[in-house]
Amino acid sequence: MATGETILRVKGLKTHIFLEDGVVRAVDGADLEIRRGETLAVVGESGCGKSMMARSILRLVDRPAQIVDGEIWVRRPPGKGGNSDGAAEMVDLVRADRRVVREVRGKRIAMVFQEPMTSLSPMHTIGDQIAEVILLHEQVTKQAARRRTIELLGRVGIPAPKVRVDSYPFQLSGGMLQRAMIAMALSCNPELLIADEPTTALDVTTQAQILQLLRTLQKEYGMAVMLITHDLGVAAQMADQVAVMYLGVVVERGDIVSTFRSPLHPYTQALLRSVPKLGLSAGARLAPVRGMVPHPYQRPSGCPFHTRCDSFMAGKCDLTVPELLRQDDGREVRCLLYDGTAGAGAVAPGAEGRNA
Amino acid sequence: MLSYITRRVALMLVTLAAVSITTFFIIGLPPGDYVSTLQAQAESRGEEIDQQRLAQLRERYGLDQPFIAQYGKWMSNILVRGDFGESFAWNKPVSSLIWDKVGLSFFLSVSTLLFVWAVAFPIGVFSAVRQYSAGDYVATFFGFVGMAVPEFMLALVFMYIGMRYFGQDVGGLFSREYMDAVWNFGKVLDLLSHLWLPILIIGMSGTAGTIRITRANLLDELHKPYVVTARAKGLPEWKLLLKYPVRMSLSPFFSTVGWLLPGLISGETIISIVLSLPTTGPLLFGAVLSQDMYLVGSFILILSTLTVIGTLLSDLALAWWDPRIRHRYEGG
Repeated sequence: MATGETILRVKGLKTHIFLEDGVVRAVDGADLEIRRGETLAVVGESGCGKSMMARSILRLVDRPAQIVDGEIWVRRPPGKGGNSDGAAEMVDLVRADRRVVREVRGKRIAMVFQEPMTSLSPMHTIGDQIAEVILLHEQVTKQAARRRTIELLGRVGIPAPKVRVDSYPFQLSGGMLQRAMIAMALSCNPELLIADEPTTALDVTTQAQILQLLRTLQKEYGMAVMLITHDLGVAAQMADQVAVMYLGVVVERGDIVSTFRSPLHPYTQALLRSVPKLGLSAGARLAPVRGMVPHPYQRPSGCPFHTRCDSFMAGKCDLTVPELLRQDDGREVRCLLYDGTAGAGAVAPGAEGRNA
Repeated sequence: MLSYITRRVALMLVTLAAVSITTFFIIGLPPGDYVSTLQAQAESRGEEIDQQRLAQLRERYGLDQPFIAQYGKWMSNILVRGDFGESFAWNKPVSSLIWDKVGLSFFLSVSTLLFVWAVAFPIGVFSAVRQYSAGDYVATFFGFVGMAVPEFMLALVFMYIGMRYFGQDVGGLFSREYMDAVWNFGKVLDLLSHLWLPILIIGMSGTAGTIRITRANLLDELHKPYVVTARAKGLPEWKLLLKYPVRMSLSPFFSTVGWLLPGLISGETIISIVLSLPTTGPLLFGAVLSQDMYLVGSFILILSTLTVIGTLLSDLALAWWDPRIRHRYEGG
C-alpha cells in the first residue's frame, strides 16, 4: 500500500497568526505527504499546530491567521464542465484561485471537525446540510440528493435514517452528530478525509465506535485519511504512517510500526515514554515530556525542541535549524543527531536508558 | 403549540386587566380632574363658571363617583359596546379621535421600519464581514453619530435648512392646499413628497442602532465552527454567509419585532410635535396635559393591548424562524 499515487503533498507550509502582541508561528514549515488509501496520523501536544495545519490545507484559516509561505499540492478537481479527469495533474492550493479551492473542498478533500455539536448549524436539518454538499458538487436533483443523504446516514450507522434526515442537530447526541458529520464528509466520495480530533469531544465508548466506523468506511470507499490526534494509542490503532509535530514543524515522519518501535527524534521518544502503561505499579510515576511548551512569542532559536531535549548539544542545537533528513529505511527526521556532519561523537538513537 | 398559544392568551388578558386598572388609577392621582382644569382655564381668562354647571358636568361624566365605579363603567362600556368613552376636551368619542390619526401613524411607522431595515441590514452585514476595513469605520462613525444625535434636534436642523435655503416649509405631511382636501392622486403625491423627511429623521437612530446590532450579532456568529464546516463544503462565501451566520444573527430581531406594533399607534410623539405631523403622538400628549382621562386611559389600554399582542406575535415569529425555539414549545 506504500506505493500508491500521492494525493496530497505539503511543502514548507507556514501559517502565522498576526496578533497585536506579536506573531505566533503556529505552523512553521510543515512537510507532509499522503498517498491514496493510506492513513496518516498527525500527532503532537496541544498547541503544536496540528489543527492549524489541517485547516490550512483546505485554506480554512481565518484572519488574523494567514498562510505566509509553502505549497499544498492536490489533484486538480474534475471541474463541472466535464473536461475528463486528466491523469494526476496537480495544483497548488496556496496559489490556486478561489474557485479551484472551493471545488477541492468537500469534493476532493473533506473534513470532519472536533466538536460535532457546534460544527453543524442548529437552524438547519442535518439532511439539508448534507444534501447541500451533494447539490453543490454534483449535478443531481434535490430528490436524488435526499435519497443519497438517507443512504449515507444509514451507512454511518444512524438508526432510522429516513426520520433522522429531518432532525435538527440539537435533537441528536454527540456521537450521532459526529456520524452525521462523517456522512457529510463522505457524500461526494473524497479521496482524502481530514479528521481533526474527531473523537475528542465524545465519551470513550462512542470514541471507539467512531474510530471503528472510520476504519470500515475507509476500506469501503478507498479513501486516504489524515487523522489529527494527540492520542498515540489511537494513532497506533488507526494509522499506516505517522507525522509527529512540535511547534508547527514536522519533526519526524515514517511508517507507524517502525516509528513507534524505534523512534528517531528525541521528542518522539519522550512522547512515547510519557504514555501510561497497563501493569505499571501503582506507585510508579508517569514520565511526562520534560519542561513546558515554550510561550508562543518566545520561540527557541535553532531546533525548536532544544529547550526540552535530553540530547541537547550546546552550540549546535540552539544555533542551527535542522533539515528534514531522510534515513535509509525511508523515514525522515528533523534532528541534528542524524546530521552526517554532526560529529560522529554524538550518541545516536535508541539511547532509551538515558533518562532513567 | 395550540395549548401554548391558549395559555399565552389567557395570561395576556390578566396582564391587560392589571394594566388598565393601574392606568386608570394613575390618571386619577393628580389633584383635581378635567372639570377643575376647565375651571382653571376659565378663571385664567377672567371668566367665572357657576358651581352648579361644574357639578352638572361632574355628574354627567361620573367624576363624582368612587374610583371603582368609574372604572367599572368605563370597562363594561368598552367590553360590551366597544365604546371607549368621550373625550372631554374634544367633545367627541375617543375611538373616532384615535382612529382618525391611526392611518397616518401606521403608514409612517411602517415606511420608517422598511427604510431602516433596507438601509441597516446590508450595511450591518458588510460592516461585520469586513470588520476594521475603511467601510466598517465609516459605518461605525455614522452609526454612533446617528445614535447620539437626538431626533428632535435633527428635525429642527432640517426645518431650518429647509426654510432658510430652500424656502420650503418642511413641517406637516401635506401642503396647505391639500390639508383638508379629500384623498386623490395629487394628495397622495403630496404626501409622499412630504413623507421622506420624517422617515429619514425618525429612522435615523433606528438605522444606526440596527447597524450596530446587526454587526455585533453577526460578528458573534462569523467565526463559529459551523461556518467553517460550511466553508469546508466548498460553498461560495456570500452564499454561506447568508445561509448560516446571517440567518442565525437575525434571531434577535424576531424577538423584538413585536415591539413595533405599539409603535404604530404611539406615533413618534416628539418628532411629530416638532414637525407638526398629524399622527397620534401629539394627541396623546395633549390629552395627558388636560387630564382628558378617558382619552388617555383608552390610549394606554390600546397601547398595552398592542404590546402584549406584539410580544406574542414576536414569540411565534421567532418559533417559526428558529427551530430550537419551536421544538422547545412543542416539547411541552
